[in-house]
Amino acid sequence: MTQRFAFLFIMAIAIAGLMTGGVAIASSAPAAPAVQGHADMHAVAPVAPEAPKSTTPWWVWPLSLFVVTFILGILAVLGGVGGGVLFVPIVGGFFPFHIDFVRGAGLLVALAGALAAGPGLLKRNLASLRLAIPVALIASSAAIGGAMIGLALSANVINTLLGATILFIVVIMATAKKSDFPVVPKPDALSQSLGIMGIYREESLGKDVEWNVHKTPMGLALFVVIGIMAGMFGLGAGWANVPVLNLLMGAPLKISVATSKFLLSITDTSAAWVYLNQGAVLPMIVVPSLVGIMLGSIIGVKILAKSKPKAIKWMVIGLLLFAGLRSLLKGLEIWK
Amino acid sequence: MTSEKTKASEEQMAYAKVLNFGMWLGLAVLVLTFFVYISGVLPSYVPIDDLPKYWSMRVHDYNDKLHAPTGWGWASLVGKGDYLNFVGIAMLSGLTILCYLVILPILIRKKDTAYAVIAVMEVLVLSLAASGLLKVGGH
Repeated sequence: MTQRFAFLFIMAIAIAGLMTGGVAIASSAPAAPAVQGHADMHAVAPVAPEAPKSTTPWWVWPLSLFVVTFILGILAVLGGVGGGVLFVPIVGGFFPFHIDFVRGAGLLVALAGALAAGPGLLKRNLASLRLAIPVALIASSAAIGGAMIGLALSANVINTLLGATILFIVVIMATAKKSDFPVVPKPDALSQSLGIMGIYREESLGKDVEWNVHKTPMGLALFVVIGIMAGMFGLGAGWANVPVLNLLMGAPLKISVATSKFLLSITDTSAAWVYLNQGAVLPMIVVPSLVGIMLGSIIGVKILAKSKPKAIKWMVIGLLLFAGLRSLLKGLEIWK
Repeated sequence: MTSEKTKASEEQMAYAKVLNFGMWLGLAVLVLTFFVYISGVLPSYVPIDDLPKYWSMRVHDYNDKLHAPTGWGWASLVGKGDYLNFVGIAMLSGLTILCYLVILPILIRKKDTAYAVIAVMEVLVLSLAASGLLKVGGH
């Protein structure tokens, strides 16, 4: 039902885009639409001579964005990463949009994915509200700071730092081990006082699994860094959340992955508001990306059962390596 | 099979319920308003044909050149096709605040003071982010 709706919707977007684009092409007169907003009256006309002329019709970009994000959505699911981490470096590196708008869109893409996954994960008790609430307060506060820093820095600095971060993520993805059921010898005092613990049904084992966490203060401190990076680069931070929750704090892998996904809905919310309030959100970039990623993710889940996870993981790592290098070189003005 | 022990808590279920409803509603509004935008039914603040001239600019330059609103300034422009989309975006971005407000009375009733305090703090943090009071300087 949902898939059918989504498919119909995107087909309609593509058709509407083509039709509107067709009208735009057919009208060869310079842009002087009958209906114009404030921008035209106050600013567009005076600045038009300065603006670079584009020969590509506008609709090509959202349509390309939809196709690319649809593929990214599939790869993200198969590669076990969030959409944002692929979206920002690839769209930022290969599309004409400024990195400010790409990061704003990246946050909303990651946010929408987290909002969509959240209810199911919470109801099945895989995402733990008990674990997420304290972590989210730290990460979302830090994400505001990260967003403000990110929007104050120049595009070159952001691209360079983003490239370096993506290359760091590549190293993490290629080398980090995961533990299905980490051993927690003794829960720490903070997690005990907050009651961060739970029980979930592990269907693969057919039994209930009790879990606790430890090293909570250190984990919370790391979420300051994670929050800043999420806000600064517009990345969903699942790549960092999961290792901290799983390997450092000792939450079972399923709980870590699910809580991380849910956590993004809170962390990215705070940063998204900063981008929204600064005007760094363009619906023409956000909506096709959001729908593309979501539809791609639905298809990705279907393919997942038949795919070879290792091969895809390395393909995603290769893609991130390329996108990370592109960002880095773009930031350093070596590959413009 | 889910036993009583493995069931999600009352506040977790309440959060999930609001999140589920709000997410679909926000997404539907976003999709609908995007159709209105690209169909040209409503005039756009920045004409769609001109958008490619400006989307490669830094956001500060974009705002300066186009006198684009910041903060909640977009709310007065929802009659424009492009800014109408911000209704859905704001709904999705504001959903988490609503979810926290829904679970707050449950946490208070359960006398879960620590989590009630953290939830209030989270609402304050997100509300501050949403308020538009935080200003970012250019470089």
